[in-house]
Amino acid sequence: MSEYNISHLDELEAEGIYVLREVAAQFERPAILFSGGKDSICVTHLARKAFAPARIPMPLVHIDTGHNFPETMQFRDSLVEDLGVQLIVGSVQELIDSGEVAEEQGFNASRNRIQTPTLISTIEAHQFDACVGGARRDEEKARAKERFFSHRDDFSQWDPKNQRPELWDLYNGKHQPGEHFRVFPLNNWTELDIWNYILRENIAIPSLYFAHEREVVRRAGQILANSEYLNLRPDETPEKLQVRFRTLGDLTITGAVESDADDLEKIIAEVAAARKTERGGRMDDKRSQSAMEDRKKEGYF
Amino acid sequence: MAQGLLRFITAGSVDDGKSTLIGRLLYDSKTIFEDQLDSIEEASAQRGTDGADLSLLTDGLRAEREQGITIDVAYRYFATPKRKFIIADAPGHIQYTRNMVTGASTADLAIILVDARAGLLEQTHRHSFIAHLLGIKHMVVCVNKMDLVDWDEKRYEEIVDAFRSFSSRLDVPDIRFIPISALQGDNVVDRSENTSWYDGPTLLNHLEQVHVAADRNLQDCRFPVQYVIRPQTDAHRDFRGYAGRVTGGVFKVGDKVLALPSGIASRVKSIAIGDAPVKQAFPPQSVVMTLEDDIDLSRGDMLVRENNQPDSIQDLDVRVCWLSDRPMRPGAKYELRHTSREVKAVVKEVVYKLDINTLHRMEDDLEVGMNDIARMRIRTAAPVLADDYRRNRATGSFILVDPTTRLTVAAGVIYT
Repeated sequence: MSEYNISHLDELEAEGIYVLREVAAQFERPAILFSGGKDSICVTHLARKAFAPARIPMPLVHIDTGHNFPETMQFRDSLVEDLGVQLIVGSVQELIDSGEVAEEQGFNASRNRIQTPTLISTIEAHQFDACVGGARRDEEKARAKERFFSHRDDFSQWDPKNQRPELWDLYNGKHQPGEHFRVFPLNNWTELDIWNYILRENIAIPSLYFAHEREVVRRAGQILANSEYLNLRPDETPEKLQVRFRTLGDLTITGAVESDADDLEKIIAEVAAARKTERGGRMDDKRSQSAMEDRKKEGYF
Repeated sequence: MAQGLLRFITAGSVDDGKSTLIGRLLYDSKTIFEDQLDSIEEASAQRGTDGADLSLLTDGLRAEREQGITIDVAYRYFATPKRKFIIADAPGHIQYTRNMVTGASTADLAIILVDARAGLLEQTHRHSFIAHLLGIKHMVVCVNKMDLVDWDEKRYEEIVDAFRSFSSRLDVPDIRFIPISALQGDNVVDRSENTSWYDGPTLLNHLEQVHVAADRNLQDCRFPVQYVIRPQTDAHRDFRGYAGRVTGGVFKVGDKVLALPSGIASRVKSIAIGDAPVKQAFPPQSVVMTLEDDIDLSRGDMLVRENNQPDSIQDLDVRVCWLSDRPMRPGAKYELRHTSREVKAVVKEVVYKLDINTLHRMEDDLEVGMNDIARMRIRTAAPVLADDYRRNRATGSFILVDPTTRLTVAAGVIYT
């Protein structure tokens, strides 16, 4: 019997590939939302495997807050070239400049919230009917209820109380004009699965995930990278620490952790022993109990 | 993790200890994190609850926290050195039957919780029946709150006997019983000192060891074509690969296969996962196959073996769970999605509706609304390539989509 057993990573991979092929088959204008973080890198890797030897039959879309880690941008550009796929950039800065959105002010100002209108206007401009993302159910409590094919109305809103039932692996991508779907092939993966898969498949990831020395600021229990985009309080002095990032988002909100894990094996050991969730370092989730649910309803990733 | 993945469902209502049990599994396997616990304690304090209310961990939506109920299926993850687990945590009330059906559709195993004081209740029957209907082959009946009946072996045996006599009507080959106290942790992860009369495994022990790979159908070769890969690049000018998930049997390079519905035969030329060639493919692998001959084959078609073919049927005998708040309209047309194929369908007849608390057939009230389970006859506009659901969950299941609202309105299983 054991000849036909597969590991849990193989099974998760098979599920993710199946979901991606279903996207290509059911939608006219699908796209992959690419943040440069490890989860969207894994989605892209699965897509490469799902459609090999052909190219990935959908573009990568990056919502650029303008507050990026330079490492993420270099990584993005070389991956796109390697894959031979189209890159579409939705620029938060352009929306600010055109007056469509207003930037938050103050010390904790971030561009997290105004990513959403930028994403929505990019979706509308390109008429995407499916946007594949790397979100996982284990990340956050509102995400625990996500579907694989998650419906968005023509204002890109999520209605968590009225989601489509999803049974077996029969996904219903039918929609009215103007509506679209967010699709999450990694729904059933945990943070540890992602790392083990990156190790197994030898997937390249940005250097920010590995421990390095960096100038940081401690704020409200968080360690934030110091940069030109961070507004320092009078009592804050940057210091140098050995850190790494567990998630990669906008520079101003992504908390680092003190770590000396400088290779994948050490990261996996660290993640397995971690007592805080990876989003524990995200200022954006800390604004209220339902911060994620509220942002998702508006059309966030 | 030699055993791979185990997907299981827990169903229950607020006070039968389901949240406590899940909390116990997550907590004892060190899956609950400090910041999650902090956030739950803070929310519990705000609501005036003593201690950390572990149900807040699973009830993630604002409406659920406000009303103190589970509305939707929540998925939870934990792992031990032996296995990775996915819990589909479904609400147990009858008005959420559709959510339980959803959670059960992908589960290998169901945990049924019975309060040792109360014994079997209507909801015990309902949950067990849904697990059986959705083809779950393994059931664990946890007789919970044993501490409140002084760990009385006689009481435990009474419940076991009562469940056995009820479940003889269900088609569930593997049923286990475990006396537990979810609150105190007895026999959940650690063996209890209070049950010297019980020599079976703890719950976690059993979950780690239960063998589910054999539930997958390895006899009947079924490969629904999901997507055709045609690179049209210089390097792969003539490549034509059939992408899909194996839903039954083992396909090997060199095997003679039959394409349905065309009935044209060919041989498997290659099988690959990504760029890596493999010699064989079996459920639940996602692969790309190429064939020796250039034949007409596209999404919705199926590769099988000549001497083992699915039924090609247009009149379907089905059990359906209605999912939509709009009742079924007799004679209305729906879109039926089955494997990678989609066909128009019409409900010809409702044979009976089932009272899922008593399992009685109702033949006088045939109006099918949300959460109802009914036996029906459906006629499709073109044949579907189906197997009996009890033999193959992937080729025996379907959903109905309302062509006007585009919503998924029903889920069904085919009996042939």
